[in-house]
Amino acid sequence: MNLKNLKLNLSNKNKDLIPQVLTVLLLILVVIYFTINAQSNMGNRGISFGFGFLSQESSFDITFSLIDYDGSHSYARAFLVGLLNTILVSAIGIFFATILGVTVGIGRLSQNYLIAKAAECYVEIFRNIPLILQIFFWYFAALRALPLTVDSINFYDISFLNVKGWYVPRFIWTNFSIFFYSIILAIILIIFLTKYARKQRDEFGKQLPILYISFGLLIVLPLLTFLFGGVSLSFEIPELEQLSKTVYVYKGGVSIIPELISLALALSMYTATFIAENVRAGILGVNKGQKEAAASIGLTKGQILKLVVMPQALRIIIPPTTNQYLNLTKNSSLAAAIAYPDIVLVFAGTALMQTGRAIEIISITMLTYLSLSLSISVFMNWYNKKMAIKEK
Amino acid sequence: MIKSIKNWILVVLASSLLVACGQGGGGSGSKKSKTLDNTKKAGFVKCGVSQGLPGFSNADESGNWTGIDVDVCRAVAAAVLGDADKVKYTPLSAKERFTALTSGEIDVLARNTTWTLSRDADIGLTFVGVNFYDGQGFMVRKNSGINSVNDFRDGISACTNTGTTTELNMRDFFNSKNIKYEPIAFEKADEVVQAYDAGRCDTYTTDKSGLAAQRTKLSAPDDHKVLPETISKEPLGPVVRQGDSVWEDIVRWSLNTMIEAEEYGVNSSNASSLKDSDNPAIKRLVGSEGELGAAFGLDNEWSLRIIEQVGNYGESYKKHIADTNILPNRGPNELWTKGGILYVPPAR
Repeated sequence: MNLKNLKLNLSNKNKDLIPQVLTVLLLILVVIYFTINAQSNMGNRGISFGFGFLSQESSFDITFSLIDYDGSHSYARAFLVGLLNTILVSAIGIFFATILGVTVGIGRLSQNYLIAKAAECYVEIFRNIPLILQIFFWYFAALRALPLTVDSINFYDISFLNVKGWYVPRFIWTNFSIFFYSIILAIILIIFLTKYARKQRDEFGKQLPILYISFGLLIVLPLLTFLFGGVSLSFEIPELEQLSKTVYVYKGGVSIIPELISLALALSMYTATFIAENVRAGILGVNKGQKEAAASIGLTKGQILKLVVMPQALRIIIPPTTNQYLNLTKNSSLAAAIAYPDIVLVFAGTALMQTGRAIEIISITMLTYLSLSLSISVFMNWYNKKMAIKEK
Repeated sequence: MIKSIKNWILVVLASSLLVACGQGGGGSGSKKSKTLDNTKKAGFVKCGVSQGLPGFSNADESGNWTGIDVDVCRAVAAAVLGDADKVKYTPLSAKERFTALTSGEIDVLARNTTWTLSRDADIGLTFVGVNFYDGQGFMVRKNSGINSVNDFRDGISACTNTGTTTELNMRDFFNSKNIKYEPIAFEKADEVVQAYDAGRCDTYTTDKSGLAAQRTKLSAPDDHKVLPETISKEPLGPVVRQGDSVWEDIVRWSLNTMIEAEEYGVNSSNASSLKDSDNPAIKRLVGSEGELGAAFGLDNEWSLRIIEQVGNYGESYKKHIADTNILPNRGPNELWTKGGILYVPPAR
């Protein structure tokens, strides 16, 4: 290789590559430095490092768990309980934030003055108050407003709401698997039907009432299993029990703890304001001419929104809304303030305290949030790609 | 091209800044009494306390800390720096406290912390003594009809703090009684009080001294009572980092001096007049006999300063715990000569 060649190489690709390689090397060095530093400091202070504690007995209990857990299980299991609780509250939060956000976002663009103003007030109030205050507000306001167990708010004698939670009937199934398969079957049928309907529309211009047929399938097929498949469902209704003179508790059924209710409420109310603004921006971002063109070929208002405006608006809405989903998931870590047993309270809180393994536990928790956020990102990117303009 | 080089320089600058920061925070070695040298250099004792527990460590409106835990910090400051006020207090949650100590953010942790085997042995800490013998109890509403822990039934809900021995004792207790309970654990004590006050839980469990102190924060303190049973041993005491035995001894003997001073009747008002006492134990306490301070690299009046500026243990207890009506009765925290279990090795 002669000098001329080298020069040529440098002026092209390598000139950009060398700084990048050096930066990566430097970064690796920094990481190694911090690791060695942490190790030697921990050594000096007699702190050992390791993940063996994860299999030890946790010996603390948790209020609310989606899987079987008590203090005789391991720290790893406690971690799982916390993780599932984090996922649960995030999923509920994302679900309601999306519904509320889309509604309010469309509401802000309403011709109706009252609806538009109400939506605007909601957005301006809830997005400008720090989330932690809203969580405290819903939690302690709810606790103060709700009646004691003995004077519960009664919903038709099957569901009860009081300061200790919301008690709903538990479903007791027989032959649940048959019921479950019937739903899967219905979903598969609907997928095929949708494909068939699309073909009919594209080739013959026929519109099939696909929505009604789908709902019909989803209801009729599972119903048939009740009649012929031996599936049955009964309810375990919560019952009031007296523990002592003035202490009562509901037993049986499912209890939804007030911590979960208020956290999910606060998270979705707060995040919905940002989603509403995204939706508004998305709809406003669609060219006016598109709506006018759609109207001129005789589409109804609902059809215009569904077939013309929304598909284009979604491209603007999805990326910033992904951010909001990620924010909501990370914000759920404020749960610790009101005793909702999420991963931060259970694992980075109690487990950290009991074992004293700060570095290990905080790293695991950080990695967990990272993976959670990345999974949401991956899913939303996939959805975004699906919604993007397909150039033909 | 120019732009990419510019970016690269920026990245390098930023990374070197990171490295520089890393170096600043690193490496406090295990050299003897390094903590003492650093404290003398800084001019104050770095002390970790609670976020507000009346009687133990509590700040008033103007930010002055008081309490028997605070008095341990003040005693160390008086011994090492000659002035009990030269303390920098760091309020810590239960979760933060040990990390703050092992990372060197504080040098003494005096934060109603229970001495247990795993804490002492496992996580780089050393407990130096006990300044309050406590035990876990339960608070309930007076009208609840619950008069003893034997009245608890399946389904009872109990509020407590997370990250404390309380959470573990609670489980041990309910398991041994075979009672199913609902544990609700908050990060901060204030939220526990609010939730219990609102009726979220039927009982509030923590150390009895804590219950007595927190009861004053309830909307109607007289509607609540503490059950007579004590379900655990909670010896609360100051903690230091492992590996600096000189510093460890200074904190240990600062606390012991306060207790021994009470035993020999030496208090803040009479200490200096007892220099010519006939009792050699008293003379050693006020620094007129022996060379005890030299062992930790301190002068001979270190203990006299503690007694004069902070007072003996009895004075401290009376001022912060008894006169504030938290626990007027000293119970086990009485001297061994008066029926309690406060007993310290002799200072000689």
